[in-house]
Amino acid sequence: MDLFEYQARDIFEKYNVPVLKGLIADTPEQAQKAAEQIGGTVVVKAQVKIGGRGKAGGVKVAHSPEEARQAAEKILGLDIKGHVVKRVMIAEGAKIAKEFYFSVLLDRSNRTFLALCSVEGGMDIEQLAEERPEALAKVPIDAVKGIDLAKALEIAKLGGFDDELAAKVAPVFVKLYEVFKKEDTTLVEVNPLVLTEDGEVIALDGKVTLDDNAEFRHEREQMERDELDPLEAKAKQMDLNYVKLDGEVGIIGNGAGLVMSTLDVVAYAGARHGGVKPANFLDIGGGASAEVMAAGLDVILNDPQVKSVFVNVFGGITACDAVANGIVGALDTLGSKASKPLVVRLDGNNVNEGRKILADANHPLVTVVETMDEAADKAAELASK
Amino acid sequence: MAIFLNENSKIIVQGMTGSEGMKHTRRMLAGGSNIVGGVNPRKAGESVDVDGKSLPVFGTVSEAMSKTGANVSVIFVPPAFAKAAMFEAIDAQIALAVVITEGIPVHDSAEAWAHNVSKGLKTRMIGPNCPGIISPGKSNAGITPSDITGSGPIGLVSKSGTLTYQMMFELRDIGMSTAIGIGGDPIVGTTHIDALEAFQNDPETKAIVLIGEIGGDSEEKAAEYIKHNVTKPVVAYVAGFTAPEGKTMGHAGAIVSGSAGTAQAKKEAFEAVGVKVGKTPSETAALMREVIGSL
Repeated sequence: MDLFEYQARDIFEKYNVPVLKGLIADTPEQAQKAAEQIGGTVVVKAQVKIGGRGKAGGVKVAHSPEEARQAAEKILGLDIKGHVVKRVMIAEGAKIAKEFYFSVLLDRSNRTFLALCSVEGGMDIEQLAEERPEALAKVPIDAVKGIDLAKALEIAKLGGFDDELAAKVAPVFVKLYEVFKKEDTTLVEVNPLVLTEDGEVIALDGKVTLDDNAEFRHEREQMERDELDPLEAKAKQMDLNYVKLDGEVGIIGNGAGLVMSTLDVVAYAGARHGGVKPANFLDIGGGASAEVMAAGLDVILNDPQVKSVFVNVFGGITACDAVANGIVGALDTLGSKASKPLVVRLDGNNVNEGRKILADANHPLVTVVETMDEAADKAAELASK
Repeated sequence: MAIFLNENSKIIVQGMTGSEGMKHTRRMLAGGSNIVGGVNPRKAGESVDVDGKSLPVFGTVSEAMSKTGANVSVIFVPPAFAKAAMFEAIDAQIALAVVITEGIPVHDSAEAWAHNVSKGLKTRMIGPNCPGIISPGKSNAGITPSDITGSGPIGLVSKSGTLTYQMMFELRDIGMSTAIGIGGDPIVGTTHIDALEAFQNDPETKAIVLIGEIGGDSEEKAAEYIKHNVTKPVVAYVAGFTAPEGKTMGHAGAIVSGSAGTAQAKKEAFEAVGVKVGKTPSETAALMREVIGSL
């Protein structure tokens, strides 16, 4: 999960990374009050999880609380590349002397962590990496050893800092690594890290991505989350692995790879049937019980865009007869709420028993098709009607 | 022959006494795997009866190895304890550690990998978040159903569990030397390349099916590796063409970030080195059938 800038700022503060005062505001009035509290010149910053907000008019300097109110009025509600601004951060102003870049991230390709660092910050880092790759140091970090002060100095020097500046930024790098490690993140980025005219090093902006797998050892319940699509929120409540997409064929399958593959196969079939598309990703995992199947079908049938549903299961650990019983049970549970045609493809463990259960149930909405490709075609055809 | 796992493999199960561990220990035994014991420090010295076979429980992996000669460990312990289990297997220098557990924090996997590297890579890790490895007719370490297909000339390497089963099923009349699910996490112990290298050197394997999905660059690197090092025919499949940018699709590692990790880029990387890519799993199986027919 990506964090908002103000959430990153708060975490930085917790780890003694130097940051400026920052308060959040959801209305222009709150922005005015926040500016009064902070005093002096402030910066009103849109809180959106997308780059380029400055160019889009999402960052404004305000010299008085009244100006802060006016700035917030302009920024709140602004649409920045599809992200509507609901909240702003009022940040203390700073007199910037120099701008730097630092980040530490998960390097999948090399199965380790990577620190990126440059004495030239402030600009788009991807642009810097492309135009002047020699200005951006890329330093592999051992996941066990991490970044101590010596390593931080090495990174700073490779990033082009002179000895005096390196000595100033290195302790901040160490603290930022502590954030990276202790908060179980896959990215901590500071752009820009600045040197003020008073000679202080400050993290002026922050980007943090949390590892969702590590939630069990952190208290993140109170954290503001992205607003989920209502169907995604419902699925999450039921502990289902669901992603809403823009299409007409509802998909249920077991196993992430098979479900991704099912979406693709349905999209190909849809191209032959008036351009219908998969409506969602839904992986019901290994245990495809009647209960889970009913919960999954319930979510999908609540999607008004859905015109047909494709249930695609390969019986590996789960036997197909259990899945078939799950489907029959789910349709019983849902009763008249189940109103859209279901195309079912079962293969693998106990497939004949599974198909027999569905044949015997003879549910008017259910069509059983033998192969994945044919079933996708049938589901797309039904959705195009 | 087969790769990484064969009829001589002696398997212990870390987390055998838990519900998942027990369920799959039973299945592996039924499928003919040589399971020689389990590890659980709180139940050391006890033994567990599994369908008439008594399996000893040891306090540590190294004790289990010295008492049984085990050379493979399958890890089922829950995410919160998986890091300790991986470190223990690595410290004991067991030849193969198969990590089935889903949901392990990526920092823990990264640390385990770094630890393995610092110990000289004595342990081949497979996973985490994988179905494991099966050499049909010889041994099965993980949760892959044992009876989908028998032994044969095809080597299969895949990020996905159910797509592995699906492909084994589609090619069940031909059979597999080894099918290995490398897992859907951002950091895994065995990559597509590791499996390709082993299949290339395995006399029993005549052709290779590679299954990839969105996220990371394992497939692109595999394509580059094939170009220079693999002479056996390879057929590939990639899942996730319709996945939207920035959304995790079930597997923690299955995410398109910006323009990186797309299915299209992976497909193009394979095609650029002459590897045929099936549009669907069944088309991929058909391509492999053609390859086997022409050998």
